[in-house]
Amino acid sequence: MSAPSLDPEAQANSLRRAQVRRSLTRRNRAEARFRALGMVSALAALGFVAILFGNILSRGIPAFWQYSAVLNVTFDPAVVRVPERPVQGADQSDADYQTALLGWQRRFSMVNWNTLISRAVLDAAPAGVTADQRAVLSVIDSGARFVLRDLVLQDPSLIGQTVPVRLLASADADNWAKGKLDRSLPDERQQLSRPARDLIDAMTTQGSLQRSFAWHLFTNVDSRASPASAGLAGAFVGSLYMMLVVILASVPIGVSSAIYLEEFAPRNRFTDVIEVNINNLAAVPSIVFGLLGAAVFINLFRLPLSAPLVGGLVLTLMTLPTIIIATRSALRAVPPSLRQAALGIGASRTQMVFHHVLPVTYPGILTASILGVAQALGETAPLLLIGMNAFVANIPATPLEQSAALPVQIYLWQGNENRNFFEARTFAAIIVLLALMISLNALAIWLRGRLERKA
Amino acid sequence: MDRQFRSPAAPAGPRIRPAQHDTVENPARITARDVDVFYGDKQAIFDVSMDIPEKSVTAFIGPSGCGKSTFLRCFNRMNDTIDICRVLGTITMDGEDIHDPALDVVELRARVGMVFQKPNPFPKSIYDNIAYGPRIHGLVNSRAETDELVISSLKKAGLYKEVADRLDAPGTGLSGGQQQRLCIARAIATGPEVILMDEPCSALDPIATAIVEDLIHELKEQYTIIIVTHSMQQAARVSQKTAFFHLGRLIEYDTTETIFVNPREAQTEAYITGRIG
Repeated sequence: MSAPSLDPEAQANSLRRAQVRRSLTRRNRAEARFRALGMVSALAALGFVAILFGNILSRGIPAFWQYSAVLNVTFDPAVVRVPERPVQGADQSDADYQTALLGWQRRFSMVNWNTLISRAVLDAAPAGVTADQRAVLSVIDSGARFVLRDLVLQDPSLIGQTVPVRLLASADADNWAKGKLDRSLPDERQQLSRPARDLIDAMTTQGSLQRSFAWHLFTNVDSRASPASAGLAGAFVGSLYMMLVVILASVPIGVSSAIYLEEFAPRNRFTDVIEVNINNLAAVPSIVFGLLGAAVFINLFRLPLSAPLVGGLVLTLMTLPTIIIATRSALRAVPPSLRQAALGIGASRTQMVFHHVLPVTYPGILTASILGVAQALGETAPLLLIGMNAFVANIPATPLEQSAALPVQIYLWQGNENRNFFEARTFAAIIVLLALMISLNALAIWLRGRLERKA
Repeated sequence: MDRQFRSPAAPAGPRIRPAQHDTVENPARITARDVDVFYGDKQAIFDVSMDIPEKSVTAFIGPSGCGKSTFLRCFNRMNDTIDICRVLGTITMDGEDIHDPALDVVELRARVGMVFQKPNPFPKSIYDNIAYGPRIHGLVNSRAETDELVISSLKKAGLYKEVADRLDAPGTGLSGGQQQRLCIARAIATGPEVILMDEPCSALDPIATAIVEDLIHELKEQYTIIIVTHSMQQAARVSQKTAFFHLGRLIEYDTTETIFVNPREAQTEAYITGRIG
């Protein structure tokens, strides 16, 4: 350092520099500390996301592949004893013909399809393996008999022929083949009998029981009687209908009320109350909206229970505050110079809003809407209160029919008593829901990028 | 402070020489009588009366916060857009009261164009920036008419040569000075009779400022221009009449020549010589 000086001004200067340097060290330490903390929390957050996704994917993905067997089923006329399909006679009324047709169809349900299945399984099994019919049937999903019935109903000429048919393994057999059941347990604690287990093992080693992609997860509806064939189609379509209702109802209502409140409404006590209420509504627990929906849409308007329309309306109520608040803040962020430019040139207030202010807020409004809709899509609680947790085994044709919904389906499967099988199913359904949400968010980001580039 | 104004002290700074203009004064186009403006309980303008001559440039000068911009915004009722702002008194244009309930403010703003402090082109193409006003006012009926009006407005604003080949480019992509001339072209396009300019050059560099000032010179042949400026040199250069405001009051209003060479009021003298402001 410099030699000691007697000059008081130089002394004061060097003293001040030393003070600044000391405080600088302190500031640098504080900054380094803050950065380290930030880094740690970011890494922790990332770690948790990785654990979450790793967990969901590792447990859910196996459910997308299920054991099934291609069996040569012989439709033995001795077993499939059904009369010829009735033909409408010239003097027969339509109603009479329908009755005859229904009677004919009923005869199909009385056929002992299980005999055909157990014969086909034993045919496919390696030579020397024997099992009683009960054990054989426990290997194949109980829905298989309906698959055979529908085949013959569609094409009665199959009777007498031998046709290869892919039949799903039962949930228990799937679990056993995937190694999810404890093989060391004694017989009386196993879900499958010893002959059945041996049959499965023999068929998997032989290759007649194979894993293949479970397309039926996307094409079938939920099923309790034959869990192996349960699918998400009903819940998926139900969720799509709800999303449609939410988009059609909440975006126009939310955006227009935000525009009105922000741009046109006078500032007075009344609008203040509305503003406070909207902000509070955003914080109301979603289950309360379910109660409101049950009271208004179902009890008052007499709309059907478990319908996607009602679910969508309830979710709309829940999404509206989010969309209104986000749209208002997007409108508020528009620079006043743009408004002045429009007004200064003689645009009316409406023209200012719709020609100039709104176009620059489209990206913000769009993002808010899609995020609101995505949030609604994943909501479960309010749906439970309007009866959407009912077991519904059909794909709704209209939003007014009973339907399941994806998050509720997850909830239902999670609570299914066949834990071993449905745990993986639950995670598979979560993967489908997450994929839907991620694609929605990606759409939002893509659209925002496009609109921003245009603006 | 007041004492300083009254003191007959010699001017502190060098005198600003106003440009030589024809001394014949044009007839009044706009008349303001006893105008008071309030922001809530706070009074911003006190009892201002003045006549603005047509086809000339009138400059409002004064220190920051003196109310000159507020008063300017009375002429196209831009103050209406501020909820808490109230304007009292009468302002007439060609004898019509601009606060007449029968007069639509949109119609007024089509007649009284405005150019703002910060260039504020719409985030649209250069073409659409100019075509927008005529379109909403129904002044053009065909694409050809619009093209013609856009080009003539750009020419009047002295911008056409620079942008002729990129009328579809966004207006926000121009330089600051070009943007301000685009805003002037936009104001001209609706065929206004009066153009209000609120410190139009305060965000521009000296060269762009000089271009805009030349433009103002040309425009006054056709339009009545009122300009608010912080720069006394600018007021001296471009205006025929100058009004000096202080603390919300009109202190002195006279020909620019008189204001800068021989002001009547001591406060005016103090301001233009750089002792207040």
